[in-house]
Amino acid sequence: MTEASHIKSFFSALPKNIFAGFVVSLIALPLGIGLALASEVPPIAGIITAVVGGTLVAVMGGSNVTITGPGNSLVGVAAGAVLLFSEQSGLEGTEGIYQGYLILLAAIICSGILMLILGFLRLGKLANYFPSSAIQGMLAAIGLIILGKQFHIMMGNRISRNSNLSYLTEIPQTVINSFSYTDQRLMFAMFAGVISLTIMAGYAKIRNKYLQLVPAPMWIVILAIAFSYYYELILEVPNPIHQGYMISGIPEVSEIISTIPHPDFSKINSMSFWVIVLSLTLIASIESLLSIKAVDKLDPKKRRSNVNKDIKAIGFANIVSGFLGGINVVTVIARSSVNVNNGATNRSANFFHAAFLVIFVVVFSTELIRIPLPALMAILVYTGWKLAHPSKIIDAFKIGKEQGFIFLTTLIVTISIGLIEGIVAGIIATSIVHLFLNKSLAPFFRNILKPNVLMFKERDTDNYYVSVKNFCTFLNYTKLKRKLDAIPETEEAIIDFSMCDFVDHTVMENMADYKEIFRKKGGNLEIIGLDLHDTDSKHPFALRKILPVKRVLESTGVLTNRQELIKTIAKELDYNYTVRKKTETAYLEDFIYFKTKNINHTYNEISKKNGILKVIDVEFYEGEFIAKEVVRSTMLYTELDKKLPTFSIHREGLLEIMYHYAGFKDIKIEKEPAFSKKFYIKGENELAIQNLITPELAQFLLENSNFHIESNGSALLIFTKERLAGVNEIRKMKEFTNEFTKLL
Amino acid sequence: MTHFRTILTGIAFSPNLKANVFETLRLGSLLKAKVILVHVGEKSVEKEQKIADYCNEFPGFKDQVSVVWKSGDPVDVIINACDEYKADLLILGAAKREKLMKFYLGAVAKKIAKQAPCSLLLFIKPSIERVPCRHIVVNGLKHPKTNNTIQASFEFAHAVGSSKITIVEEISQNEVSIKVDDDKSLEKSTLLKEQILERENSRITTLLNNVDDTLKKDITIKSQGIFGTRGYSIGHYAKVQRADLLVMNKPAKSTFLDKIFPQDIDYILSELPTDVLIIH
Repeated sequence: MTEASHIKSFFSALPKNIFAGFVVSLIALPLGIGLALASEVPPIAGIITAVVGGTLVAVMGGSNVTITGPGNSLVGVAAGAVLLFSEQSGLEGTEGIYQGYLILLAAIICSGILMLILGFLRLGKLANYFPSSAIQGMLAAIGLIILGKQFHIMMGNRISRNSNLSYLTEIPQTVINSFSYTDQRLMFAMFAGVISLTIMAGYAKIRNKYLQLVPAPMWIVILAIAFSYYYELILEVPNPIHQGYMISGIPEVSEIISTIPHPDFSKINSMSFWVIVLSLTLIASIESLLSIKAVDKLDPKKRRSNVNKDIKAIGFANIVSGFLGGINVVTVIARSSVNVNNGATNRSANFFHAAFLVIFVVVFSTELIRIPLPALMAILVYTGWKLAHPSKIIDAFKIGKEQGFIFLTTLIVTISIGLIEGIVAGIIATSIVHLFLNKSLAPFFRNILKPNVLMFKERDTDNYYVSVKNFCTFLNYTKLKRKLDAIPETEEAIIDFSMCDFVDHTVMENMADYKEIFRKKGGNLEIIGLDLHDTDSKHPFALRKILPVKRVLESTGVLTNRQELIKTIAKELDYNYTVRKKTETAYLEDFIYFKTKNINHTYNEISKKNGILKVIDVEFYEGEFIAKEVVRSTMLYTELDKKLPTFSIHREGLLEIMYHYAGFKDIKIEKEPAFSKKFYIKGENELAIQNLITPELAQFLLENSNFHIESNGSALLIFTKERLAGVNEIRKMKEFTNEFTKLL
Repeated sequence: MTHFRTILTGIAFSPNLKANVFETLRLGSLLKAKVILVHVGEKSVEKEQKIADYCNEFPGFKDQVSVVWKSGDPVDVIINACDEYKADLLILGAAKREKLMKFYLGAVAKKIAKQAPCSLLLFIKPSIERVPCRHIVVNGLKHPKTNNTIQASFEFAHAVGSSKITIVEEISQNEVSIKVDDDKSLEKSTLLKEQILERENSRITTLLNNVDDTLKKDITIKSQGIFGTRGYSIGHYAKVQRADLLVMNKPAKSTFLDKIFPQDIDYILSELPTDVLIIH
């Protein structure tokens, strides 16, 4: 596109983006205030964060349809930090809390600087070093921390405890107590909370187009303000909700500007300050990176975000936000998805979301104090519930018991000790699981620093071929990722794990993501070579370990992805599918190709009901004893209804092998020089073969030259390469055979 | 034959002895070279007889074979013998890691390999029966030595009757100056890679033109560019393609820094993907 057409398309997309930004701001307003309150900072700080984040990341960022602002995951760290710093400052009550907030601002600025450095060092990939299940466990723990703390305020029962765990364990007590409130004003506070929670939970279930025009959190705000005016203007009595449960201190714009807080850097020499900075950086980076990755999948234009550029922009936004009194800026998934759903196409939507927030605050800042706290906290309780939903644990266990163990370990340590400790525990738990499964450290130590991934573009087919050796886990996943990222998603790619002894859940999950992206962008990514790996669950993300040879014979009953796909093909064609190994392979042995090879068995067989056409994976070997070489290859076998001469045809350079078997000679087809030049034709009966090659057949083979074809007189054997074929390749093999037999 | 006139190998009385001697003699007869078997250790009648028996199995060739008995440190003995007999090719056997199908060079062999003054052939699976060497993978690095390596590869391939040679151009990731961040940079880097591949391809074609046509007869020639870690990718490629022999340039003299940072060849020596021929 030219510069001018860029500008033109930007302006033509503007109305859509303004609208999307508007809808997002309707959620961002209550959420920003709620998150700020839950973080123990002044409510306006949440809005400042969203405005700074929205503006700066829109201008400098590298993603397309993401929304930036205050994030859920940081609530726990920020609130803990404010309380810790306020204790350290020695000041009491609200003054101490405010002092804690000023020190937190300094920590946020430092974490912004760290993120900026990460971005410049192109370390956006750091997030890949964390095992998936540990990250899931950490997010669930963050959800529980938010839920545990805000639940009590939502129920009109403000309590203060030292540990996250006691907030959770006291939830039943708060529920029981709520039935015996004597103060009616607390009852009203609780009602506001419970009704809001009901709105949040029920909103998605009611599909009414008028109702859905306004997002749920905004409905809560509108209803709360309407309720307050109803009492004030119609009943002419004070708001029945306890004053302690109303938002206090939303200043006017002029006041916001004149009272910008000054970050307090006095604790910069203390250890606890830097622990907080590290936690903020870690969580902000992980939440942002996960969100960016998830939003890229939602992007209707399927663009790839520039992660490092985005991290730099977010880091810079954090620095500015800290100086202006805001909290950490991160990329947020819920608001981003609303943005996409409302038609956003570029970063200007993020900017407009910030702009509308400014307008709201300028016009309505005094109205916002009419919102009861329990109503806002209900929004957060619902968010926490979504993060820590029991299905997350069930999912982890479904993938495998060991993933459930990693998930729970991370979750428990995060809640009871802290975020950094939690993620470290998750990494340790994952490493222990891997050691236990492999019963040895050696393969990891010996290979961790070595390269293990080969990628090249196959010259003859233009497919990208990726082969992974040794092991592939969260420890070295970036090596594979870097190669995969260099493949345009519109191409065909094959990832071969057959030389890889151990593939973990983190890698499997990421492979599934890649497959999806390739599929959406019109390419195709296929994973092969996992058929001999063992898993203990049927889940596609389960980790895989290569089986000791003798156990290969006992099928585990769990199908690999490729096997599932083969099964689908079989269904489409109304063929039979058997995974089982078959040792009766005599029908293959009289093909020229197998003259010098020994067949172990065939497996993954799909066959026509009458058995005359089948596609099989064949395991065979060449040489004996120490020179033995085992090969697995996918082949198509079809019986013919007429006699043919014995022959073998393939294009020059297709196969690694060239066999000189007695009795077979190279045959020239005089009338088809182009064909004869490109193909090797071997057989016993020269004349019969020359008659067989008609001009149509020669032309067809020249156009489809990637197949090796053999006849044993009454049947054909057709295959492409001496390795297992991907499902698409099997399809092509089948199509080729159909055409070829027609021409015979 | 210009590259391989004298072949030298060290022998020890290991279970692999017969296979090692057979491989060496077979290669010697194919390359029409002299073979020198160097035994490090005590000479005995029994051992002498055994070796003579083996040589007798190659009736037409046994005159070309001489056996030398030496004692001392195996590394020094072999290296000195290479100089003394002006060997062109030294053959070494690899060790296999228990249970795993992975081969590496033992400590002694590694020392010899690093100091050898001539070309080196590392066998991973010596065999008594002949295992044909069908597919040879050759490095096509941009280096003055590469021309000679390719020449030698064709000579070797011609002698042992290989049917296919693939020249692999390993291109370091650093040569692709554009880092992939988003769609635009991906597009640019893909384009740049295509250009580099084309350039490399024409460089290889020029090198191939230097090879005598009689040597190229009956051999399918392919070239494949790979972007990746030098010295590693070619080994992995040879393994994936199930090549029978990998031919590499000999690296320059190792300096102090090379002891800390792995050299290209170290990846291959620490895990031999297949038989490896290092051309001096």
